[in-house]
Amino acid sequence: MTGIAIVQCAVYLAVLIGLSVPLGRFMARVLEGERTWLHALLGPLERLMYRAAGVDPQAEMRWSAYAGALLVFNVAGLLVVYALQRAQEALLLNPDGLAAVAPDLALNTAISFASNTNWQAYSGETTLSYAVQMLGLTVQNFVSAATGIAVLVALIRGLTRRQSPGVGNFWADLTRSTLYILLPLSLVLAMVLVALGVVQTFDGAATVTTLEGGTQTIALGPAASQVAIKQLGTNGGGFFGVNSAHPFENPTPISNFIECLAILLIPAGLCHTFGKMVKDVRQGWALLAAMTAVFVGLLAVCVWAELAGNPVLTALGVDATPGNLEGKELRFGAVSSALWATATTAASNGSVNAMHDSFTPLGGLVPMWLMQLGEVIFGGVGSGLYGMLVFAVIAVFIAGLMVGRTPEYLGKKIEAFEMKMAALVVLLPPFVVLLGTAIAVRADAGVAAIANPGAHGFSEVLYAYSSAGNNNGSAFGGLGVNTPFYNLTLGLAMLLARYGVIVPVLALAGSLAMKKQIPPGAGTLPTHTPLFIALLIGTVVLVGALTFVPALALGPVAEHLQLIRP
Amino acid sequence: MLTHIRPALVLLACFTVLTGVIYPVLVTGLARSIFPHQAGGSLVGGANGELVGSELLGQTFAEARYFAGRPSATGPAPYNGAASGATNQGPLNPALHTAVTERIAALRAANPEMKGEIPADLATASGSGLDPHISPEAARFQAPRVAAARGWTTERVLVRVEMHVEPRTFGILGEPRVNVLRLNQDLDAQR
Repeated sequence: MTGIAIVQCAVYLAVLIGLSVPLGRFMARVLEGERTWLHALLGPLERLMYRAAGVDPQAEMRWSAYAGALLVFNVAGLLVVYALQRAQEALLLNPDGLAAVAPDLALNTAISFASNTNWQAYSGETTLSYAVQMLGLTVQNFVSAATGIAVLVALIRGLTRRQSPGVGNFWADLTRSTLYILLPLSLVLAMVLVALGVVQTFDGAATVTTLEGGTQTIALGPAASQVAIKQLGTNGGGFFGVNSAHPFENPTPISNFIECLAILLIPAGLCHTFGKMVKDVRQGWALLAAMTAVFVGLLAVCVWAELAGNPVLTALGVDATPGNLEGKELRFGAVSSALWATATTAASNGSVNAMHDSFTPLGGLVPMWLMQLGEVIFGGVGSGLYGMLVFAVIAVFIAGLMVGRTPEYLGKKIEAFEMKMAALVVLLPPFVVLLGTAIAVRADAGVAAIANPGAHGFSEVLYAYSSAGNNNGSAFGGLGVNTPFYNLTLGLAMLLARYGVIVPVLALAGSLAMKKQIPPGAGTLPTHTPLFIALLIGTVVLVGALTFVPALALGPVAEHLQLIRP
Repeated sequence: MLTHIRPALVLLACFTVLTGVIYPVLVTGLARSIFPHQAGGSLVGGANGELVGSELLGQTFAEARYFAGRPSATGPAPYNGAASGATNQGPLNPALHTAVTERIAALRAANPEMKGEIPADLATASGSGLDPHISPEAARFQAPRVAAARGWTTERVLVRVEMHVEPRTFGILGEPRVNVLRLNQDLDAQR
């Protein structure tokens, strides 16, 4: 069992890293505005869109204009998703006649999808019409991921440009990311998934007579097209309530492997995009190595914990060999479920193929802590790498303090303004998570939603705010979050975590772009070496551990001690 | 900010048409023409051609002559194909303890021949509530009961079970498993 687990995880990582290299190079060409083979097909469409929008893709924006454009675009998207949900009864493509979504739930869902979180307080098949899923959610899946890529590219431009006021053009970055990266990949993935059994139809539910003569109503829908982009765009919002645990979203171990690969594919590839754009591929490999090292360590803990199973059930006479199967699908078992849980929370994806709420305490601690690290271990599409670059800035700052030199990263001096922005980016999400959790466990409305007693109940709340406060979207699903209290507080957490980070990152980009490029000297810390990788890992892990160990001790750690010493 | 409103609205409209309409419609069109069976839910017909279920979804099997699937937590009834769901019970939840104790008692009562450990997949609820599979061990566990209800020898049932065991994909991905609906259909087809 352990041997198969190791082989499966090793194959996964090998395929992931192998595919990330060519994809990363391709994305660098797209984002630098070069022609690719796709331009023959989509180039005219791109130019048509610019003309209709009155956009000059060459026009440089200062960081503040870039941020303004981004915010206006995201607010517009948010309002459209909200309006669609409120009006779904009157719209087409609602074959099962679903009623309008309540205002607090509609607002939560709109924020959730605009912010690339895909927190789902609703259950897909019973709440949202096909029209809302397509015109609202699927569209945001694309453009929220493209927004993340745009912010990343602006930050990379900040690092590479010299004394330049501009950081690029938001409209061009948004359009290119969607047209040449997300759309073609999704189309291919969707068709592969359909071939493997994922449903894709506009028909309403099917009704069958079971072998025993009962009636089974089978919800269908255009799932494959949404599943493809929710995996690739680190969105995570499933078509069906139980996400990729549903056999219609994820029917076989092969579909599971491919969907799991799609979670980390673009975030891993973007490391190479970064390396190519800063004209030193080693810089990209260094960041990828740091991410992979943390990932492998936590993956091992999660797989081990889930394979170890639940001693309470073993004592009742249940076979312990397959590990903890509560809330898991048999075709995936403990190993593929633990691999997915680690990948989906390392990235800010949040799709699930098993119920994290039913994981063992330590198996559940891993996904929770991966989110709390700030979603920088691969992280969200674009957002993971811009977060990691901020940690790199902090790492060189710490190294600079140790030797008493002005820190620099890729030839840019890191000074007071940069450190202020970096500190904001690193501290805001933990503040949101811990404050949100504290309020919820003291509020009657917060406690009333808890499903599991004891330390696990606290974990449910901590997980919810960790997920929303880092734009992940997965949940300990037992928590009954479709209440005004949770819809509003978690909605606010998602907004702050997304845009409260994006704005300082863009300010950082603007400030870096204005600086001179200084040649590396004798005192420059090289940022592609194992030493720097270790320093970066240390920074990420230390910040994450110092901030969250007390909270984790109250939840999963306490529960683990109860479980092994009843 | 005002200068951004036109590009924001126009591009959002473009992306809505492109990714919200053309993309899913294109995928649906291609899916229906190339993979109509999968796109429509992999529905399977019975002996008379009527639809009996989806080969990807489990369904309720309560009768002794059928292999039962995993415990399902969908509401209001198990194996509700219109509302997937799980228990979300944590490992120390007393409700999980109670539920598993009851399931074990029911399994022991229904399968008195089997004395060993209870297969884990029969004691625990699945992630979707629609899991179509059980483990080969869980199928073997139920074989004597199914055989008795059908008036067959246990060996005859076990032969059918082994024919339906799917190994790990490429030897490493997922878990060995048996599709319960297909196995039960196969049993019904034997005369």
